[in-house]
Amino acid sequence: MRIVLIKRSEHSRLMTGLSPVIAVMLTMLSAALLFAVAGHDAGLALYKFFIEPMTDLWSLQELLVKAVPLVLIACGLSVCYLSNNWNIGAEGQFVIGALAGSVLPVLFPAFDNGLTLPLMLLFGAAGGALYALVPALLKNRFNTNEILVSLMLVYVANLTLDYLVRGPWRDPAGFNFPETALFSASAMLPTVGDGRLSISLYIAIAIAILLSLLLARTLKGFEIRVLGESPRAGSFAGFSQKRMTVFAFMVSGGLAGLAGIMEVAGSLGQLQPTISPGYGFTAIIVAFLGRLNPLAIVVAGFVLALSYIGGESVQASMGISDKIASVVQGMLLFFVLACDTLILYRIKLQFGQTAKGGHAHV
Amino acid sequence: MKNILKAAVAAIALAAAGSAAQAADLKACFIYVGPVGDFGWSYQHDQGRLAMEKHFAGKVETAYLESVPEGADAERAIERFAREGCGIIFTTSFGYMNPTLKVAAKYPDVKFEHATGYKTAANVATYNSKFHEGRYILGQIAAKMSTKGTAGYIGSFPIPEVVSGINSFLLGAQSVNPDFKVKIVWVNSWFDPAKEADAAKALIDQGADIISQHTDSTAPLQVAAERGVLGFGQASDMIAFAPKSQLTSIIDEWGPYYIERVQAALDGTWESKQTWHGLKEGHVVMAPYTNMPDDVAALAKETEAKIIAGWEPFTGPITKQDGTEAAADGVRLDDGAILGMNWYIKGIDDKLPQ
Repeated sequence: MRIVLIKRSEHSRLMTGLSPVIAVMLTMLSAALLFAVAGHDAGLALYKFFIEPMTDLWSLQELLVKAVPLVLIACGLSVCYLSNNWNIGAEGQFVIGALAGSVLPVLFPAFDNGLTLPLMLLFGAAGGALYALVPALLKNRFNTNEILVSLMLVYVANLTLDYLVRGPWRDPAGFNFPETALFSASAMLPTVGDGRLSISLYIAIAIAILLSLLLARTLKGFEIRVLGESPRAGSFAGFSQKRMTVFAFMVSGGLAGLAGIMEVAGSLGQLQPTISPGYGFTAIIVAFLGRLNPLAIVVAGFVLALSYIGGESVQASMGISDKIASVVQGMLLFFVLACDTLILYRIKLQFGQTAKGGHAHV
Repeated sequence: MKNILKAAVAAIALAAAGSAAQAADLKACFIYVGPVGDFGWSYQHDQGRLAMEKHFAGKVETAYLESVPEGADAERAIERFAREGCGIIFTTSFGYMNPTLKVAAKYPDVKFEHATGYKTAANVATYNSKFHEGRYILGQIAAKMSTKGTAGYIGSFPIPEVVSGINSFLLGAQSVNPDFKVKIVWVNSWFDPAKEADAAKALIDQGADIISQHTDSTAPLQVAAERGVLGFGQASDMIAFAPKSQLTSIIDEWGPYYIERVQAALDGTWESKQTWHGLKEGHVVMAPYTNMPDDVAALAKETEAKIIAGWEPFTGPITKQDGTEAAADGVRLDDGAILGMNWYIKGIDDKLPQ
């Protein structure tokens, strides 16, 4: 007996819209089961995991602090993935953006005025974009695999950061410990509310709206989609695939770099040997959870941030292991993919040897 | 509907607050950089937490967060504990220094204890231990036990604590064998079993027959055991992982410190200070000396007793790698020089990453 997936001739619009919601529901259900099996009060754990973080202002702000970099990076990645360019190295572009943006406060601390912050953001975005240009140009010129190149460049970026904060950029008054001096007030993003949330929130939302308009309403957006779905059709329309690769990588690298410098100038206030808890990789999940649609990505980023904050909350108050939070994130991705698969395909149990008719994907 | 929801939320919040208030006089909270199951750094801090919890028998409630990354997440984790009614919060990794100070400024009534840092505030104390004292003993044992005269040393990051450990190790070894060599591999991580194991293999292939580590997993010692060479445990007694290979281990004993500080918080006598204790105060403890002849164990015990009596391993003559004098004969380096050490002593065949 074999289980076979058979492509549906048409798929339900209703289910397409509902599937992320169903996936979240299924995740919560399995999480409850997991909590109960681990010997905890499942109801209380569910409440603390998924609801409580949204009930007070502090944790709501912390949720947004966590969501902003995810949303920004994922928005950029959506342009890449829609146009069939596989940038896996947003983590590295995030780090290089943070480095490029920090050049001013670290190396030129005397340049401390109203221009400091705007220039830092500009440098950050430019740094990320240029770094993403490397895999794009190599792909265009030598036909290298952009997945591998962009991924390997993550290590280069992390080690560069590591080298700089332990060596040349180390705080001279820091007893040789690996971090830069703290940034001055004019190198920090203004905050919103009473916590750590900064104006990066508004920047992220504005960019998500702009990108969704670009994708839905402009010729460029059409070009992105056509080249992604059918490169041949795109070339008949006169679109250049190589130019698109450069464009997509620079947009996503630029946004990742912007997210990087805003993380440093927002909540950290200095460079440290590690500045990202894997935002560049988590953002890949966010991009797909948001179905590569910038507005849906905003929601997806929030949901994923919730899974982090919620996981921390149950760990702190109920002693539930931090591994559970990782499992819940994994289940979320699994259910999203499973729901999507079942919209496009139906399951058929097959007895006997050969399959007749239909395209079988096992 | 909305009101019902509000009432439910309020009820749960009240219930939680009520139970916490009845349970204990003080809540002590811990932030760990690694998993509590690393059998190294974070494991030992958690053992300290458990010892403290047991000591106060219900009077003190504890909570912890493990694997908290040293970045923007740290500040949130610390602030969460401050908001949830923790009276004293221990942040147990260097990278938590600035986040701890930021949160401390917002919560002046909460007491903070930061391990391995150097910045303090009215409600932020720091603590660390003189691990280099134990390293000197390891160096002596290594020089006695090695047939090839070469030890492999796995370093995490070239920060002063690790550099002073390497120097102290070689000073100890040189006191037995002036030509003793140390080969160093930096793995740029505190906890990465695969990388640590690879480093240990490379060092053994290069001729080291003693493995010493300043990283937190049991992997290097396990590799040493597989390859039939000797080694030292790190942070905890790792004898169970290498019964035939572990010579001894430097054990981080945080329990006494946690008990002392929590007691002070309960008594209202807590004040900010910088604690840096070693073998004498029992904050650094040597695991049993095993897998070595009696005369080597006797030498180790003798040195241990000498340090407990007040002797400092960083006592001159000490010559830096570049040939300049670090300390004249009989002169002892001051605490600041050891805590900020960024130079190698003469005899180390490695260039300090700058």
